Amino acid sequence: MISHIAILPVICPLLLGALLLLLQKQSLQTVRAVSVVSVSILVVLTGYLLDIVNEGEILVYELGNWPPPFGIVLVADRLAAWMLLITSLVSLFALLYAIQGTDSDGPHFHALFQLQLFGLNGAFLTGDLFNLFVFFEILLLASYGLLLHGGGRLRTMAGLHFVIINLVGSTLFLFAVGTLYGLLGTLNMADLAVKAASAADEDVALIRTAGLLLFAVFALKAALLPLYLWLPAAYAYTTAPVAALFAIMTKVGAYSILRIYTLIFGSQAGSVADLIAPWLLPLALATLIAGVLGVLASTHLRQQIAYLVVASIGTLLIAFGINTHTSIAAGLFYLPHSTFAAAAFFLLADIVATRRSEMSDRFEPGPVIAYHRITGTLFFIVAILIAGLPPLSGFVGKLLILQAAIPHAALPWIMGAMLITSLLTIIALARSGSMLFYRAQLPQTPHTTTNNETGSQQKLTSGFSSLAIVVCLLALCVALTIGAGTVSEFTLATANQLLQPEGYVQSVLGTAR
Amino acid sequence: MEALVSILIGTLTGCGVYLILRNRTFPVVLGLTFLSYAVNLFLLVMGRLTIGKPPIIAENITEYADPLPQALVLTAIVISFAMTAFVIVLSLKAYLEMGNDHVDGKHKS
Repeated sequence: MISHIAILPVICPLLLGALLLLLQKQSLQTVRAVSVVSVSILVVLTGYLLDIVNEGEILVYELGNWPPPFGIVLVADRLAAWMLLITSLVSLFALLYAIQGTDSDGPHFHALFQLQLFGLNGAFLTGDLFNLFVFFEILLLASYGLLLHGGGRLRTMAGLHFVIINLVGSTLFLFAVGTLYGLLGTLNMADLAVKAASAADEDVALIRTAGLLLFAVFALKAALLPLYLWLPAAYAYTTAPVAALFAIMTKVGAYSILRIYTLIFGSQAGSVADLIAPWLLPLALATLIAGVLGVLASTHLRQQIAYLVVASIGTLLIAFGINTHTSIAAGLFYLPHSTFAAAAFFLLADIVATRRSEMSDRFEPGPVIAYHRITGTLFFIVAILIAGLPPLSGFVGKLLILQAAIPHAALPWIMGAMLITSLLTIIALARSGSMLFYRAQLPQTPHTTTNNETGSQQKLTSGFSSLAIVVCLLALCVALTIGAGTVSEFTLATANQLLQPEGYVQSVLGTAR
Repeated sequence: MEALVSILIGTLTGCGVYLILRNRTFPVVLGLTFLSYAVNLFLLVMGRLTIGKPPIIAENITEYADPLPQALVLTAIVISFAMTAFVIVLSLKAYLEMGNDHVDGKHKS
């Protein structure tokens, strides 16, 4: 059993997704219960997996017992287990929010949700480049379905753009994979690392081209500067639980960048070493600035949060771009924080938008909403988290990144960009908060009585329970703050493991050599 | 043979890139299809062009065709086929909801 634990996070959502399709005819309650229970089990499972690999061991699962590099392997190291745990936690709360009513807007929500988890978990665990492509396709196909859940004009339009740009990305991914296979004769990531380091001189230029093509693909998934334009519309117009789940989607790109460019194109890789080092940091800085400019210019709350996601990916990739032990560790601390905070913010924005009925989440003075005090307080806390003010985890994360940046040559740029964008974020969020909460007026003319009635019904259905989910997500961030010492020790160990890819290579190919 | 295949892949990619930059959904879908044809062909020839050589181990044979790209291409074909079907349905849905087939859903003035 213990030897099979590495495949369980992949296989369980797949089987459950199929099962939920069969259960579709049953009552919605059954489907919801099965879905929530399975994701809760996934949280426990990934927590257990993290506990196992925390010793420093790298679990290698050979599918069908085919030895690598010939067979496909799943590899669970600290980074993979960390990403899995974050994914399952975010998805649990997104799902709990969805069963408040969003899931009944269209068919197959729960099956798609499980398949999305299947793709995400597979992408984090796989040790094979082509398999990474396949899992990307799985998670994208599920995400297309989830993005369009509920329908509507704007959602369809944003969905069309999202689908087309990701299909182009997939094509580029295949070109890169094909080139690497044609030159190096393998697709196993550990084997690629060995072969790329000792590549023949005439192949180096093509290998570098393929490596940079891969970077373009991952930058597209992560929403890095020139390739982030699909994100704001897609995230702003989809339903809240899906947007909350998508908070992890850009992190898949960040994860892939970190994995591929420390393992295959890391500093030990000979003639293809440090392939993206000249690109990553400047692009990340530009992404952060562009994201925050978007935050300032947004006209409604969900669009603003989508741009905050872009800004957070900029911050995260600055940490990865500095490329030292401490900075990667800081980035891995910032990653769960930004995921949980963005998810909580998307859910909160939906609560606010629902309560303001026809005003939705536009930045215009609207009616006083129900539970305005508690909602406003939550907004305040989320804003502090996202802007990175003390005392919560956003502050700790940004502080760690800035600390790690001190020895770096580009320190003035990093320091300047991060501090100024933090200030601009605070200003933007203060403005939107005061617009939504302080400048709210009592309704003067009851000319939209029918709307108000449906509005109040919605208020009744999404009462305290949906707020409680936001509180739970925020509690995770608070836990991250309180346990900052433990977590940063863990992330430092993860960074050490990543920057010594010999361990990974030996675990995968050990038996073969 | 190599030159012919290279020109073919290049032409397909070029057509694909041109078409996905068009402003109507139907050419864009066609462009995606061209791109996926190009990449499938590209993947296949990454095992090098061979004629009349078996991909499976057999007696009295010393030269083989690489079977892995063929397997990769099968996977890629299935995925791109499914994606094309999906994007066609989605663009139809967009056409029906917007009343036109512009990729940004703009109405004609």
